[in-house]
Amino acid sequence: MWDYSDKVKEHFFNPKNAGAVVDANATGEVGSISCGDALRLTLKVDDDSEIILEAGFQTFGCGSAIASSSVLTEIIKGMTLDEAAKVTNQDIADQLEGLPPEKMHCSVMGREALQAAIANYRGEVWKDDHEEGALICKCFAIDAVMIEEMVWANKLRTVEDVTNFTKAGGGCASCHEDIEAILEKVLAEKGEKFDPTAAPVVAPVKAAVAKAPLTNLQRIKKIEQVLESLRPALMADGGDVELVEVIGNTAYVNMTGACNGCQMAAMTIAGIQQRLMEVLGEFIKVVPATEMSKLVSIEVA
Amino acid sequence: MSDIYLDNNATTKVDHAVVDVMIPYFLEQYGNPSSIHKFADGVARGLKHARQQVQALIGCEHDSEIIFTSCGTESNSTAILSAVKAQPNKKEIITTMVEHPAILSVCDALEKDGYTIHRMPVDKAGRLNLNAYKNLLSDQVAIVSVMWANNETGTIFPVVEMAELANAAGVMFHTDAVQAVGKLPMMLQDTKIDMLSLSGHKLHSPKGIGVLYLRRGTRYRPLLRGGHQERGRRAGTENTASIVGLGKACELALEFIEYENTQVKAMRDRLERGITEQIPHCFVTGDMNNRLPNTTDIAFEYIEGESILMLLNKAGIAASSGSACTSGSLEPSHVMRAMDIPYTAAHGTIRFSFSRYNKMSEVDEVLKVMPGIVATLRKLSPYWSGDGPVANPEQAFAPTYS
Ligand SMILES: Cc1ncc(COP(=O)(O)O)c(C=O)c1O
Ligand code: FES
Repeated sequence: MWDYSDKVKEHFFNPKNAGAVVDANATGEVGSISCGDALRLTLKVDDDSEIILEAGFQTFGCGSAIASSSVLTEIIKGMTLDEAAKVTNQDIADQLEGLPPEKMHCSVMGREALQAAIANYRGEVWKDDHEEGALICKCFAIDAVMIEEMVWANKLRTVEDVTNFTKAGGGCASCHEDIEAILEKVLAEKGEKFDPTAAPVVAPVKAAVAKAPLTNLQRIKKIEQVLESLRPALMADGGDVELVEVIGNTAYVNMTGACNGCQMAAMTIAGIQQRLMEVLGEFIKVVPATEMSKLVSIEVA
Repeated sequence: MSDIYLDNNATTKVDHAVVDVMIPYFLEQYGNPSSIHKFADGVARGLKHARQQVQALIGCEHDSEIIFTSCGTESNSTAILSAVKAQPNKKEIITTMVEHPAILSVCDALEKDGYTIHRMPVDKAGRLNLNAYKNLLSDQVAIVSVMWANNETGTIFPVVEMAELANAAGVMFHTDAVQAVGKLPMMLQDTKIDMLSLSGHKLHSPKGIGVLYLRRGTRYRPLLRGGHQERGRRAGTENTASIVGLGKACELALEFIEYENTQVKAMRDRLERGITEQIPHCFVTGDMNNRLPNTTDIAFEYIEGESILMLLNKAGIAASSGSACTSGSLEPSHVMRAMDIPYTAAHGTIRFSFSRYNKMSEVDEVLKVMPGIVATLRKLSPYWSGDGPVANPEQAFAPTYS
């Protein structure tokens, strides 16, 4: 049995707002019966204030799907649509005190139903931009579709590349065989052959590693470039990174969205630091920008 | 009410009598059976006795045809890899779409190495087409591996007949009988089955002990090489306590095999009838007329299996599900898909599997809670409204994506 938090169990055994809202004026339906998950979210929105007065769910799915739906309705009741639009799947997972990596897609489904319902209210058509595949890397909750897309888009050729671009494979390493299988498949589609000993894809900026020590301006530009290249992977997790300041060899960054405060943030920062050092060819320390104020006050003192 | 265990196809409780015979092999007779001193004195005899107990249960001709392994999975891997290694010119394997992953994954890996894998489909009741099978047999086939009974539905395959056909075509035949041994009477010496896998923890002995039956004269290549244990066919110091335990468990299984096919079957039948009569929109999967006596797999439409299991668990009842969510993959069980069970039902399958430890009163307990559990979840389901499914469920609720 899954190791569900007490919060998940609470929402599963005593779901809140189950059933359709009777006079709903917004409906979002997402999921897929073939995946064993489907959710209909109905909302009653006040037309003047755009405040969500009532929310109800109907879910076909496992324990965490039902719990995610239930907690979602609790989160959004009383919010305006604009506020609700900002709710991420991580917010849902956090409210549930975490979900097993295999079950994160249940929280994604919750967010998507919400987006679909908001679009429905506004007379727009919601389009899903995210197709889900089999979970490959349990350490980082990365699925096959995501890895395939990255391999295509960035011409990745080795497991190391995949880890650099998606994080998949960067933890316990037990998913490397599956990642190799994806590489084999995609490379075959492109008429290439997978070679486990191939040199990793050289990030374009790496070729330009300067022999002479970098000036601070060069360094900042390069750091920006590297962060840019890592951004897609972070955004896929609902997060982002922003460079705030560079002082000497220390880069201060702001982790936003899902990365902020997530248990993986420390790991992500370590990954960014590793990547920066590889590309810049010098020691770089990456520190959350929140640490900067402490530093400044020490310097002032 | 104490907890009710109806997940005996997953694993079983170790019989007390089995534990009792094992203990001396931890505390007194703990010597290595290869050693020459009193701590090892009785061990070789204990192993020999266990071998004979296994032999009696599966009805093979010689006790030396029994190779002890670490589990059913190891026996399966050993059988298939031995057959391909011993016959390097044969590049095809015949199996079925509904095998346990312990067979399918080995075949998938061999496919990558250039082998052609024929995975035979099944019909809606989980049955094979024997004519199609005959047409696949040729001198290119290294091995046929077909399970004796399916772990999810309990459906029994005609392995004795299939082994005859394979033998006539000069093809080696292996069966994964992990679910069948101890539940169905068998007499291997009267069959043409060359190899058979069984696993201790499915018949009230400990986990981590298995057997590969290898018919005398079958060409064989070991998976693990090393010492001379198991006549060099499976190296590694013997798991003596578990082997002795498995022997005892086989003796008990033989004693209870009639009970299994009468009393245990009666409990299964009563539960199955009770559920299908009381609960609308559910049906039994697999071949109703040709099943293990202890297993029923029931699909509850429009709800999802893991949710059912969680509510059952809360009521103190243990069962299992072929739903996607219990395994962490997104697809429902490959067995349900192979039988073409509609997705709205495949995700809601629950397997109840009995053993001789269950009681009729437990069946009544389950029958008491099951209708309520299903009704509770259907109330949450977008495919359900009031007393029945919404009209045209797949069209009425067709959510965006995939
Ligand atoms: C049909 C079948 N084959 C093989 C196995 C694996 O056996 P073991 O757990 O001993 O490796 C199982 C157990 O789940 C099974 O049901
Ligand atoms: S599962 Fe991918 S690194 Fe652990």
